[in-house]
Amino acid sequence: MDLILVNLIDGLVTGLLLFMLSAGLTLIFSMMGVLNFAHASFYMLGAYFAFQISLYLGFWMGLLIAPLIVGVLGAGVERYGLRRVHQYGHVPELIFTFGLALLIEEVVQFIWGKSQMAYSTPEVLQFTAFSIAGNAIPAYKIFMIFISIAIFIGLLWVLTRTRVGMIIQAALTYPKTVEALGHNVPLIFMGVFGVGTALAGVAGVIAGPVLGTFPGMAFVLGSIVFVTIVIGGLGSLWGALVASLLIGWITTFSKAYNLRMEDLLIALGFEKPDVIWDSPWRDLWSLTSPQIADILPYILMVLILIFRPHGLLGKRDA
Amino acid sequence: MRKSISLGVATALTLSVSAFAVAADTIKIAFIDPLSGPFAGTGVNGLHQYEFAAETLVNATGGVLDGDMFEIVAFDNKISPKESLIQLQVAIDQGIRFIAQGNSSGVANALTEAIDKHNRRNPDDRVLFLNYSAVDPALTNDKCNFWHFRFDANADIKMDALTDVMAADDSIKKVYIIGQDYSFGKAVSAAAVRFLGEKRPDIEIVGNELHPIGKVKDFTPYTRKIMAAEADAIITGNWGADMVGLGRSVLENGYTGPLYTYYAAADGITAAFGDAGVGSLKLVAEGQINPPANDRAAAYYEAFKAKYPDGNISQARITNVIEMLAKAINEAGTATDVVPIAYALEGMEHESIWGTSLKMREADHQIIQDVHIHAHTNDGVTFDYDNSGFGLLVDSTVTMAAADSPTSCKMRRP
Repeated sequence: MDLILVNLIDGLVTGLLLFMLSAGLTLIFSMMGVLNFAHASFYMLGAYFAFQISLYLGFWMGLLIAPLIVGVLGAGVERYGLRRVHQYGHVPELIFTFGLALLIEEVVQFIWGKSQMAYSTPEVLQFTAFSIAGNAIPAYKIFMIFISIAIFIGLLWVLTRTRVGMIIQAALTYPKTVEALGHNVPLIFMGVFGVGTALAGVAGVIAGPVLGTFPGMAFVLGSIVFVTIVIGGLGSLWGALVASLLIGWITTFSKAYNLRMEDLLIALGFEKPDVIWDSPWRDLWSLTSPQIADILPYILMVLILIFRPHGLLGKRDA
Repeated sequence: MRKSISLGVATALTLSVSAFAVAADTIKIAFIDPLSGPFAGTGVNGLHQYEFAAETLVNATGGVLDGDMFEIVAFDNKISPKESLIQLQVAIDQGIRFIAQGNSSGVANALTEAIDKHNRRNPDDRVLFLNYSAVDPALTNDKCNFWHFRFDANADIKMDALTDVMAADDSIKKVYIIGQDYSFGKAVSAAAVRFLGEKRPDIEIVGNELHPIGKVKDFTPYTRKIMAAEADAIITGNWGADMVGLGRSVLENGYTGPLYTYYAAADGITAAFGDAGVGSLKLVAEGQINPPANDRAAAYYEAFKAKYPDGNISQARITNVIEMLAKAINEAGTATDVVPIAYALEGMEHESIWGTSLKMREADHQIIQDVHIHAHTNDGVTFDYDNSGFGLLVDSTVTMAAADSPTSCKMRRP
């Protein structure tokens, strides 16, 4: 029982982190109609920038400045890169962001080298917030939860309660009409792209110290972010939140408990072959949940695409 | 950035030198290891250690035979067995007789097989394989051959030493084994189960699991399982980002027992652990860095740091490779016929800079040496890693570890 609570918290942290990445990506997608393959690379840039800044000015300045730099970089990429490629259609855009992802990874390796960076949590937060049955919950995790929730509420408020948010929402669905009404739609697009990448930057800043700051960090998280927004529904902020939490909890629980396929199959009424190592089903029988934890979200995505193509809370087809 | 520039310069230099130096007064050693890609950091650091050892230990003291100098020629294998075989052929075509390789047992397995075949077919230009890091036990057991010499303690020897120390610790009752899901992770796990079962049958193995290699984002769920199993000690063969991820996760989430590792040091890992690893992080390896075994070791390390301020001597055994090879060449009186050199290396006894005796076992060409359990600490560390202030301090030592361990090697000698 205690362990369930601990795993709920762990899954929440993973999910919220994923949300910060997918929120930006889903906004960018609904705006441009194109998946930004370089999104996780901005997450990596956030971590590296924050690490570099933290060497001179400390963690908190890193948290403040790094996402800004990443956001400005992102806006620059939209203004001088994507906007030019946009006229040639979606495929060149996809290839552009894909190339950008590779480029960013190489640049990071060139500047910071290939080793793991010594980026660590700030001293103020290096204590155990509370423990549940001997399982310590570090204060930093609580901090991560609060930052992510604050960002979610802030985003929701801006998008639904302010004039800017309404213009953005309008521009997402009817860009031509909004433009005809005298709004600068390209500027809005650039702004959304900048904010989206800045969000990825924030995620990088706060995830870097716990998940490690190394050149492979974008790759490790890259594909799962796409899965998240497909499951949640493209362009839906709430969908991104629900899908992120779902994925966070599914992977955490399946890793934390050794559920065996053997037990499931027996419960379903199958009989275990006597000589298991000769059976063609050997691999199936010996499967455990931690082994397949990381592919469960992909299975979920396939199911969603089959039965609910516009995602959990999305309004249009994936 | 500095690393890649110096690498570029080094490669350019070695290329230009190797193109012109046809004179017989250099003895070339091919260094076949990853110099690009994700493991380039380890490879380049190893190359520096080789170049420095050859320069300082051999060339600066007058060389071997009649003043012949050692020269390290770098070949990038991108840690791929296939690429390594191509580079091996290039090295052989350049007339190189000595092949040094270490990163990845997969590569070593491919190389040892290819070299054995080559030497059988081409008795006139045979080569020697100086394996300084690949620890798959099979290389000195079922797959052994006369041309392969291993200068590192293999995975079984390390686990033997590690479990000796664990067996002496009565507070350890429950052990959790976790590793990366591939041959090496499985070998570590199997060795741990076997040795613990022999030495301390009362120790309960409360967990034995493998996780996908290089794909785990967050190790927290694994940590919760380790905590729930109330493990007193953890054994892992993880390396690279998986090592840092696992280690930091267990330490941040309240684990305070010992974390026994193979590779949790240098290449950024020591710096990444920093203060968090003190008291828990242990590492089993050869080569005593701290405290320096003698003045010569200290002077050698200082000179290395003066030349490579960002480097670490993370593979102390490289000096043993160079010194023993020089000694064998002098004993054999030739640098071109590797058969007498191999016979000289076989059974050779040597005193290492790092304060251990070395013996190259005849039966399987596995070196026998002191194996240490190191602690990650900042207290009493003369030479730190990653310029972080933290480094490895020898905790306990198993003298001439596993000297009488059995081998299934059936050596065929020419």
